[in-house]
Parts: sequence; structure tokens; C-alpha cells
Amino acid sequence: MAKNKRNAKNAGDAPALGFVGSMRWIWTQLTSMPTALFLLLLLAVAAVPGSIFPQRSANPEVVVQYLEQHPVAGPWLDKFQMFEVYSSVWFSAIYLLLFISLVGCILPRIKKHAKALRTPPPRTPAKMQRLPQYTSLEIIEGESDTPDDDQVIEDTYKILKKRGYRVERRKDATGRSVAAERGYIREIGNILFHVSLLGVLAAAGIGQSFGYGGQRVLVEGETFVNSLVAYDSFTPGSSFSADDLPGYSVKLDKFDIVFDRESKDYFGQPIDFTAHVQVRKDADSQPVEEELKVNKPLRINGADVYLVGNGYAPVVTVRDGKGNISYSGPLVSVPQDSVYTSLMVLKVPDASPEQLGFQGFLLPTAVIGEDNISRSADPNAINPLLQLNSFYGDLGLDSGNPQNVYVLDTDKMKELNNRNLKAGGISLAAGETYELPNNLGSITFDDLKRYVALDVNYDPGKLPIAIFAGLALLGLIVSMFTPRRRVWVKLINEDGKRKIEYALLARGEDPRLEREAVELQKIFDKAWPLASQEQDLGAVNG
Amino acid sequence: MGSNAGALEPINETLGMYSQLFMLLAAMAYVVVFVFFALDLAKSNKTIAEMDAAALKEDEKLLVGAGVGSVSKMGRGRRGEEVRPDRVSEDIVSDKMNYTKLSANRPMARIAVALMWLAMLLHGFAVVSRAFAAHRVPWGNMYEFMTTGALVVSVVYLVVLFFKDLRFVGSFISGLVTLMLCSATIGFPTPVGHLVPALQSPWIVIHVSIAVAASALFAISFAMNVLQLIQHARMKRIATGQQDKLPFMRLVPGAGALENFAYRINTISFVMWTFTVIAGAIWAEAAWGRYWGWDPKEVWSFVIWVVYAGYLHARATGGWTGPRSAWLSIIGFLCVVFNFTIVNIFFNGLHSYAGV
Repeated sequence: MAKNKRNAKNAGDAPALGFVGSMRWIWTQLTSMPTALFLLLLLAVAAVPGSIFPQRSANPEVVVQYLEQHPVAGPWLDKFQMFEVYSSVWFSAIYLLLFISLVGCILPRIKKHAKALRTPPPRTPAKMQRLPQYTSLEIIEGESDTPDDDQVIEDTYKILKKRGYRVERRKDATGRSVAAERGYIREIGNILFHVSLLGVLAAAGIGQSFGYGGQRVLVEGETFVNSLVAYDSFTPGSSFSADDLPGYSVKLDKFDIVFDRESKDYFGQPIDFTAHVQVRKDADSQPVEEELKVNKPLRINGADVYLVGNGYAPVVTVRDGKGNISYSGPLVSVPQDSVYTSLMVLKVPDASPEQLGFQGFLLPTAVIGEDNISRSADPNAINPLLQLNSFYGDLGLDSGNPQNVYVLDTDKMKELNNRNLKAGGISLAAGETYELPNNLGSITFDDLKRYVALDVNYDPGKLPIAIFAGLALLGLIVSMFTPRRRVWVKLINEDGKRKIEYALLARGEDPRLEREAVELQKIFDKAWPLASQEQDLGAVNG
Repeated sequence: MGSNAGALEPINETLGMYSQLFMLLAAMAYVVVFVFFALDLAKSNKTIAEMDAAALKEDEKLLVGAGVGSVSKMGRGRRGEEVRPDRVSEDIVSDKMNYTKLSANRPMARIAVALMWLAMLLHGFAVVSRAFAAHRVPWGNMYEFMTTGALVVSVVYLVVLFFKDLRFVGSFISGLVTLMLCSATIGFPTPVGHLVPALQSPWIVIHVSIAVAASALFAISFAMNVLQLIQHARMKRIATGQQDKLPFMRLVPGAGALENFAYRINTISFVMWTFTVIAGAIWAEAAWGRYWGWDPKEVWSFVIWVVYAGYLHARATGGWTGPRSAWLSIIGFLCVVFNFTIVNIFFNGLHSYAGV
């Protein structure tokens, strides 16, 4: 009522729809196929920036670097969430709208198809000649196997039933006929596909919020006991609680790398990484020896442990000026190249009278080049050598600001050892000790171990995602390759001649419809004596 | 898979050298194939023009005799097939792409197909011997993807030729295969070697092979869609009475037939691509701990999937069939090429080891 009044008032304007009407209009627009298509293509375009700009989720440090290198464009790109494209407002908006559109499209289709499944095949059309794949066959009378009318209808019923059609016998003013339809599963497959996509999205979201991810570096001989403090970094999902962490442990016994020693083109390229570990499912159980490899994660109590990196950890001991041991243990170094030339930084805040700092490289197989500079010639530790510079003074750790463990802040430190100084650089082979100048202490290269970098991941959504993805694929195959088609077979009496007319109609794409028509004709030919085929009248054009 | 990789069988370097030699021979053979397909286009075109002229005369006689007035140049058959103005080529290239009585009448094309078999056998030996030299599947790096992918294109095409007369895309296919072999040999020469640990997984067999096969099919449907657009534009010109500028297109089926055929191929390759993405996600989970991490390669696989999904929806939407959907399929294939080349080479991601 109110709507009508308003309409009358603004006769010249677009018709006012009112709130409900507007909502309905928006809903209709959103769930229409062109909108869905548009959103789909928009989604493809929106995904692209994530492959161009570094993403915080994958490489946070590269993003920081990018922002430093692009002081003008960087912050703007950041404002538009170009460094977190896949959790950005605009990307989320597109896919949420797309999925709403999908739901709005699928719900009516489910309703419609549920009805179709309960509805008999449609009425036999009066003028079948107009349909594609129309054929008319005359029954030869008087043969021994000439069927009567009942027989024709009954045979047709059986033939079509056998070919997977849902069949209905009909009798009306124009005569007797059989109506059939098959391929209802095509639409079921289609719906299954789309619903499964929703399932994948939902499972991914829920799984992520209850899961967690963490990183840990583990040196040979060390044990990782699953608890919050044991991680080097930890990213919990929004609904994750620390009590959910299962108390398993992983001890790294040994880490082996096999390098290619046969090929001259790939000499020294790693061809296998194997971490030999002992796993305890919980504090009480016996350790079980297992192998962890790149494509073979450990699966423990629902959590998965992956091998994502490795390197050398030289074991060093540092004594301070007073002769006390102020550091002793393995030091994780970061490989810089294919021969494992590894960057190492050691901060010794407990040394006195002065704090000590070291930085330099580990060379697994040190050789001296023509320029008198040592470099590594092989990734294996054949002749390991530490080449270090040393510093003394204030490490800057007391300020409370978090520091990168791989960077030595030398602002408040003085150089002690350096190739350019009189004292020279420190060069330590395994087992050797170097006395620092000015009686500030000593450093010993005790041993060389390997370490592995582990990613620990728990995502309860993994299994549901896999199931939904499988269902989506199944639904897709069914909806693509099962044809939905209708067949009508009509028995007519014309000028005293009995004829069988039949026609096929495809619902949706069906490139094999014609083949089915030919196939049916063959079967009919076998079943009854038939003559004079009149096929596709008018198809011969001009 | 053996748990100890120390047991990896040594590379057979000699066989690897033979593989490279045969790859070069195959590339040269494909060049010759390309030339013959091109000659066929030129020659058949001339023959058809002559036949057309002869048929036109006959037509005129018939029309006068039957007393029919003007016959519209474009129209639609009862089954929705286009009736083409150049009627003789209908007999040579059917819209169902079946062989006809007259289609045997193309000596250059027959030579091209015979030579292509030879080229494919050389090519096949090159790929298979490389696999034996390395004791693994021959798709562990860019060179191997390209050479093996080219072989798949070649084999699929030759097999389809048994059933359908697709010789009209012969120059495109042989050109594409030549291009792939040349860019692999010149751009990414890679001596045969072991797989890096990240690729040592049974999934490389499944994930990569299906990806390569899907890409090969996308390439074929791309060719069809390009021809469809050209044919469409040409028909439009002819319908408005303009001169036929591309008479060699007489050898190509009508735009509608091309569109339908490309669609059928794309449904298959879309399903295969879906499987590729799912298999890739399962492998990613085993290697990196997550199904999906928006690595550049994953991003572009997703983009490809979405574009082809758009294509399939476009075909189901009124007003988006014909050239519009063809463009989507073409864009989709360009994304496949982009993902295969630019993303592998220039985008830093977890798939980078597979690059160069």
C-alpha cells in the first residue's frame, strides 16, 4: 500500500522499492549469474598482487626490506594491504560476496532439483519435429515379429529404462507415448561441487582458528619438548589455547646430508636430507626412532613436524678476562651459499670485565685462495674453520629492546680482532683456542654439529578440507560428464501406417546427443521391423 | 622409495648426451613439419578456391532451374550449425571435424602428419632416454617440463588426428612444439641430474604429469578459440558483403563448431587442472606443512582455475557465449603460459628450485 502511494507521488522517478524491495533487488542482482561471473573474474584479478608484492604471511622480513627500499610507494601499498592481500578487506569482500552469491544461487537450485527429482518426465510435445534429433520410423506390418501397440510401448519402456532413463508411459488425445529423462545426477554433481567449495572454505577457516604453527631450531643432541617456551616463534589461531599442546618430544640424534659426488654438473648439490630422531608421544612413553625427511613429516598426536632447513652449529667455549666460562654450547650459523659458508654471531653478555661480541663465518671446508683469503670449497665439513672478528664493550642488550640474534650491534663496542688491526682476525680450526688481546679472554672451537629448522603445524581443518576437496572434484566430474537429456517416443497412426516418432532434447551441454539418437535407432531397429527413415526434415538447408 | 638416498642410482651421462642430441634432431624435424603444414594451407586454399568457382557456376544453373530467388548467405541449420558461405570447404572440412571424402586430397598435409610421427618418435626417444639416464620421471626442472610438455602436446595431437581431422591447427601445434623445444634447449639447457630433495616425492609423478597434460589440452583449446575469433570476424565481413581477406580460413570449421570443440576440451582440462591443484595442495602439505600458502605459483594456479571457471560459467550464461567466452579461454591460456614461464623464472617462491 505504502509503496503504491509513493510510486504515485514520484511518477517520473524510478519506482521506489521500499526497504524490503531494495533488499530483494540487491539479492536478485547479487545472486544472478552475470554478477557471479563478474565476482569470479574480479577474484582472479585481485589475487595477482599477492604474487607481485612480498606477503607478510610468507616472508615478513622481505616485506620489511621492501618498505625500506621503497620509502614512498611502500607505505601507500601497505595502506592498501598489498602485503597481506589474502587477508585484506578488499580480497575478503570479493570472496565473501562471491560465496554469498553462490549460496543464493545454490539454494533455489537445490529446491528446484529436489522437486524435479519427484516430478515425472515432462509432457510429450505435440510437434516433435521441432526438437533436435528428431527421427520417424515406420513399422513394417505383417512380419512375424511385428509388435502390437502395447508391445511397442512396453519395449520402449524397457529399452529406455535399461539406458538409465526415468520413464513414464503416456496416453492422451494424440496417442500413446513414452517420456523419459536421464542425468538428474548432473545437477546433483553440480550442487555437490559448489557446496563442497563452501565446505573447503569453512573447514579452512575453522581449522586455522583452532590450530597453531611454530618454528624451532634443533641442534644434534638437543631435545624439543612441545610447549610454548620451546618454540623460537609461535603463531596460535584465534581459538587456540596453550593447554591444547600435546606433550610429545623430539630428540635429534643425527642429521645426514647426501651430496652429489658423481655428476660433474651438480657436484656438491644436496640430494638427500635425513634427520634421525627419537620421538616420545608423551612424557611416559618409550622413545621411537624415526626418520624425518623433506617430503616425509613426523605426524605426532595430530601435529605435524616438517624439516624446512638446516645448517651448521659450531660448538664454542668463551672464557672471559677472569678465566670464567661465560659461554659454552652450539651456536646456530646461517648458511649463505651452496657450500655452506655460514654467518655466525656470538654475543657474550656475561663476560667481564667487558662484554664480548664475535661475528664472522664458518667455512666447512676451508681452502686458501690465491688472494690469500680463505673460502669454503665444499658443503661437507672436511676442514672446518671459524673466521671471526671480535669486539668488546656494551652489547646493548640492557636497553630492553628486542634484538636480532643474528646481528651484532657494534655501536657501543670497540674492535678487538679484525684483519685490518694489528691483532688480526681470529682463525680457528676445530679444537683450537685463541687468546683475545688485552687479556679479555679466549675462544675455543670445540666441535661442529648440524642443526635442523623445524616447522610444527597443527590444523584440525586438514582432514575436512581434504574430504571436501575430494567431494568437489567428484561433483565436478559428474556435472561435467553426465549428460542430462530427455527422450520422447511416440506411436502414431498416419494414413493407416503405424510410425514411431522420437526426439531427443539436451538440457545443458551435451555433445553426444546425436550419438545417443543413433544408438537408440539401432536398438529400435533390432527390436522391431522398421522401414523408411525420415530423418531431420528440413535440415538440408537452401 | 628407498629410505637411504645414498642408494640413488648413478646418472647415465652418456645416455643423457644422446637424449640432448635427439632433442635437437626432433626440433629440426618439427620445423620441417611446420613448413609442410604451412604449404598445405597455401595449396589447399588455392584448390578450394578453384573448386568453389566451379561449384558456384553449377549452383547458379541449379538456382535458375529451380526458380529460387535470392539465397541468404548466412543462415542457421536446424541443428544450430552454421551454414557457411564458402560451401565447398564444407565438404573438405566438416563442422564435426570428421574426415570426409575430399579431405584425403591434401598431399602436403599428409606428408606433414607422416613427418610429425617421425619427429614425435625422435622426441619421444629423447624424453624417455633422459628418464632412463636419470632413473626418474623426466620433469624435474624447466628444461624437462618444456620438452616433456611438448611431447605430450605432440602425442595428444597425433592421437586425436586418428579420430578428428584437426590438420587445420597443424601449423599452430608444430610451431608451438618447435618453440617449446627451442626455448628449452636455448633458454634452460640443463644437464641430466638427480632431483633435489624437495622434489623427491611420489607426488611429482601425479601432480606434474597431470599439470603438463592439462596445459597441453589448454593449448589445443586456445588454438581453437583463436581460430574461432578469426572465423567469427571473417564470417561477419563476408555476411556484410565484404571481401574475404583470409581465404585460408576455408580450411577451418565454422566458429560455432570451433567453440563447441574448444569447450569440450576445456571441460576435460578444467577437471584435470582442478586435480592438479588438489594434488599440489596435498604435496605442499607433506613438504611445507600447509595445503595452501599463496606462493606465487599457487596464486597463478588459482588465477588459472578461476579464469577457466569463469569461462565455464560464461558458456552457461546468456549473452556470454561466442567471442566473449573465447576471450576468457584465451586469457586462461595466457595465464598458463605466464605461470609456466614468467612465474618460474622471475617470481621468488617455494617453487623456484624447479625453475632454472
